[in-house]
Order: sequence, then C-alpha cells, then structure tokens
Amino acid sequence: MNPKNFNRLFFVPIQGAGLSHSAAAEIFNKDEERTDWHDETLWFVREKRDKAVKQISEWEQLRTLGSDIKDHTLSNLDVYLAEFEKNAQANGIKIHWAIDAEEHNEIILGIIREQKVQQVVKSKSMLTEECHLNDYLAQRGIDVVDTDLGERIVQFRNEPPSHIVLPAIHLKKQDVSETFHEHLGTEKGNNDPQYLTEAARQHLREKFIKSQLAITGVNFAIASTGGFVVCTNEGNADMGAHAAKIHVASMGIEKIIPKVEHLGVFLRLLARSATGQPITTYSSHFHQPRVGQQMHIIIVDNGRTKQLGRPDFRSSLKCIRCAACFNTCPVYRRSGGHSYHTAVAGPIGSILNPNLDMKANADLPFASTLCGSCSNVCPVKIDIHVQLYKWRQVLVAEGFTTGGKKVAMKGMAFVLSHPSIYRISGKIGRWIMRVFPFIFNNKSFNPWYKQREMPEAPEQSFRDWYKKNKK
Amino acid sequence: MNSREKILGAISINKPSLIELPVIDIKSTSSLSVDWVDEFIKTLESIGGKVVQLSSIDLIKLEIQQAKLRGEYIVNTLPVLGEVNNEINPTMEASLLESIDRAYIEGSIGVAENGSVWLYEHQIKNRLLPFICQHLVICLNINKIVPNMHEAYQQVDVAKEGYGVFLAGPSKTADIEQSLVIGAHGARSLLVYLIN
Repeated sequence: MNPKNFNRLFFVPIQGAGLSHSAAAEIFNKDEERTDWHDETLWFVREKRDKAVKQISEWEQLRTLGSDIKDHTLSNLDVYLAEFEKNAQANGIKIHWAIDAEEHNEIILGIIREQKVQQVVKSKSMLTEECHLNDYLAQRGIDVVDTDLGERIVQFRNEPPSHIVLPAIHLKKQDVSETFHEHLGTEKGNNDPQYLTEAARQHLREKFIKSQLAITGVNFAIASTGGFVVCTNEGNADMGAHAAKIHVASMGIEKIIPKVEHLGVFLRLLARSATGQPITTYSSHFHQPRVGQQMHIIIVDNGRTKQLGRPDFRSSLKCIRCAACFNTCPVYRRSGGHSYHTAVAGPIGSILNPNLDMKANADLPFASTLCGSCSNVCPVKIDIHVQLYKWRQVLVAEGFTTGGKKVAMKGMAFVLSHPSIYRISGKIGRWIMRVFPFIFNNKSFNPWYKQREMPEAPEQSFRDWYKKNKK
Repeated sequence: MNSREKILGAISINKPSLIELPVIDIKSTSSLSVDWVDEFIKTLESIGGKVVQLSSIDLIKLEIQQAKLRGEYIVNTLPVLGEVNNEINPTMEASLLESIDRAYIEGSIGVAENGSVWLYEHQIKNRLLPFICQHLVICLNINKIVPNMHEAYQQVDVAKEGYGVFLAGPSKTADIEQSLVIGAHGARSLLVYLIN
C-alpha cells in the first residue's frame, strides 16, 4: 500500500472543507522552533494556573460547587432564562432571542440599521466568532473594530483568534510589529511589547470615543436580578460599552446562573483557571442601561439546545470558557489553535463543534491523546476526555470516518482475538524493527515517526520473557 | 412559533430531570492569613496595584492641590478631599472625559483574596471614569476589607444600581508574546489609599 494512502485511510477522518486538524498541525509543526515556543508558553500559563490554584485550600470544593451549580442550572434552564428575561426587561434592557447564528447576526444588523450606526466596536465574544458576525457585517458594509489587543492584532492580519483567552498566542512580537507597522504606522523593527501596546491604546481610544454601538460578550447572566457580568483585563469591554449610545451583549443560553451568590464561586474559578490571576482586572456588573443609553441582550441557541438533548455531551454546556484545557493539552500546545478550524479550539472545542457540524468537525475528537489532563484542570469538572472518546464512537457509527478506519479496526479486532496470530505479528514486527529500522524510522512509511523517535525493539516479547523467568 | 418559544420549548424537551441546587458552604479560608488587610495589600501589589496606608487624609488633599497646580486635570469625587468636580455626571461624553489625568474615587469594599475593590455607580459618577482616566486612585476604609468573594457578595448589592465593578489593579494585557504590559485601555496605574 502506498504509505501516503495508508496515512489518509487510517488516521484522517472525512473532512468537510479545508484542512483536517492533523494536516494543519503538520504544517504548524514544520517550524520547530516556533512550535516549541508555543508549547512552552502555554505550559507556562498552565503552571501559573497551578500556582494560583494551590493558594486556595478549598479549590476542589469550589470546582465541585461550580460543577453542581451548572448541572442544576442546565436542568432548569428554560425556567431561569424566562426569569432572567423578565428581570432584565424590568431593568430596562431589551431582550432578543436568536435560534441560530444567522438570526443573531440579523438582529445586530437590524439594530445598526435602525439606529443608523456607522461605528461599531466589539470586545471579546467567542459567540460572535462562532456566528462569524464580523464577516456578516463586513459584507453589508459595516466595519467592526475588535478592541481586545490580541483580537485587534489578528483582525488586522485577517486571521481568526487561535485561543479563546489569548487570541494571538500563535504570533511572535516580530509578527505583531510588522502588522502594526503596516496598519498603525509604528516604527519598523520595533518589537517592544510596551511600545506596540501603547500604539494600540492610542489607536483604539479614538475608536472607543467615536463609536456609537458596542458589542460585548457575557461571562455570566444572573437570572434572579436580570443583570450580567463581563470580565476583561484590558478594560476594553467597559471602554466600549460606557462610551457608546447602544450596548449589545450576546450570550449563549448556557451563560445563565441562578443567583448573585453563585458569582462568588465562578469569579473565584475563572481567572485562576485561565491565566493564574486571582481575578480579572475588571469584573463589570451591568444591570441597567445608563441614562440615555440603549442596552440589548441577544440570547442565542445555535445548536446548544440540541447538545442539551445529548446525555453524553450535555455537560459540555457547563463550560465557562477559561481555556485551561487548551493550555494543558499536549495536542493543542503542539498543533496551534488554527489547526482546529473552529471558533473554539482545544479540547472543549473538540466536544462542542461536532454538535454544530458532525461532518466538518469529525476530525476534532481524534485530535487528542485522551490523557485526561483537560478534565483534571476543568474548573466545572467537565469530563472532556471521556466525551472526546464518546464522540469517536458516535462519529464512526454515523459514518463520518473513512472505510479505512473500519477496515483497520476490524483487522485489529481479528489479530487481537487470535492469540497465535497476535504473537506471530509481534515477532515479525520486532524483527523488522531490528533488521530494517529504516522502515519504521521513516516519515513516509510510518506517520507515527513524525516528531517522534521510535523505541528500540526488544529481543523478545514480555510473554516470552515471562515464560523463561517465572519461578 | 417565534425563536423564544422554539428555544424554551427545545430546552424543556431536552433538559435532564431536575438536579438539586447545591448550597454554598465554603468555610475554609485557611490558605489566607488572618490579617485580611495584609493579604489585601500583598495580593493587590502582586497584580500591579499600589497600596498606601494612611491615618489622615491631609496627605491626599495636599497631593490633589499640588497636581492641580502643575496643571493636571484631576477629578475628585469625594467631598472629604476638598472641592468636588461637579462637571462629571452620568451623561458626560467620552471625548470630554478623555483628558482626565487622575481620578479620586471612593471604594465600597476590598477583597483580600484577589485585591479587588467594589465600586458602585454612584461612587464613580460616570461609568467611564475609572477606565478612561490615565491614573486611578481609590480611597477605601481599612475596615471594609473582606476575606473572599463569598463575603463580598453578601456585603454589596450588585443589582441596587445600574452598574458596578470589582476592579483589581491597573489595566493590563499580555497579548503580545505573554509579555505583561500595564496600561492597555483602562487606567495605567491604580493606587489604593487604605484609610484608618
């Protein structure tokens, strides 16, 4: 068999459009130095998380509470959403409901057109990324300025964010310097992060002051009070929302929490899990529009109710978007966020996205070693690695993997259920590895060899050794 | 059927049977020292804030006078510190607020575990003020420090006013190669005066 076909048949599921995770990761891995840097930098963030978590003796109790509060909320979600709507309306906030991404985008376009808005700023909202809001509005002649520094950088470069908390983590300061030189006229070759950030500060201040409409995400929406909380370190959500005449906040249905006291649990968990900070610089609580301002909230489904109906996968809706699972994941760290070709990358994205489009995202649950580190760091105890494994079963059963995988699995099942054939195969394998090592130590014949060293083949199997040595 | 009904209908069909809401019974704060003031100072300084303990506000008054003499645009919102800037109101626009060099605001409570201070809307006069000023000074009664967020939410009524914020340190970002830069979009520095 042609080794390339072998690779395709056995390791790459059917792909909808664009490159599969493994194909994109292969390109990412070509720059070894940068891959190493990416790996180490994200691990550094993971270590900061560990340090912060260890300061809190009741951390595990907090995780359990966070998980249980979210489980409860999902089991009563319709009641809480209705309660939230009622209270928010009483606070003077206009509530909209969007069944999917398109309706979400249409609602925002409607507000923009009705109010004759020209300047729009947006702080970080993964939901608007999921809905491809910027592209939708750009096609209709409306420019949205992303105001989070990392998001502004990738927006200038026409790239999507590669990480939900650190959108430009795939870039080096030289890349940012070049981008800012081109778009903001900064000094060529000046790579100083302080200098570059200052340039963005000046550039975006002007945008904040001129903007008429600000879009933000929502970290937590409180059913009992009809308010919502937005967390940032830069202060861009506040600069946008407080300067603009109209504030539109987009939230998925799963952002609801029942009561104010639950914020105590989630704000303690969120920033520590995300970056190792004890809390984000700004945790802003919005309950009413300011005098003369309009405030809108768009409550979006876009596949979430469907995920709620999948008992094996519904707990993925507990996610508070801290990205701890990204930072700890050995596959994410060495393949980069863009390889996941979706708005939310990483382990959590790999269990959320197949729900949105099984065919296009069939590769993602396979982009994992199932090591379980993601589940161990998750602040709301989502069993991410278990769900990755379960998605694989669903995808194979639904026919979203190639015939090759089925043949391989059947072949494996045959070998494993016939001990004599298993023993002979092992013997042949070890013999080939010793006598013709180039067959295994060769990237074209053996895809496993890419970015890996092969072990030395032992002289005998464990079974043979045991037979000889048991006494 | 509109989208609201469709979404709520789908949830009621797809949601699991009711799971009980847990009671928050966090008792242990053993990781924190007993002296909440010390803890607050240590934490806030670790995230880029500065803390100064004062037994008299005269020093702040003097500082404001001197800065004004230097021609800086200082906004004072606390009557105890002298003349209050009455031009700051809830509808004042960003283009006018932008030139503020330093703002003095009163905080409600401080949280030892994370160095944050709760600010009510009435304390900041204009929602933009603590963000758009170049430098922010918060005056906080030293007796108003609570150990953790659970107690903080018992002390403040977050829904009482239209807006409020837990503010912890100066604005910052690490979006360029994870290098920490202070002064992203909000205030470039935060100084908290703890007043006896």
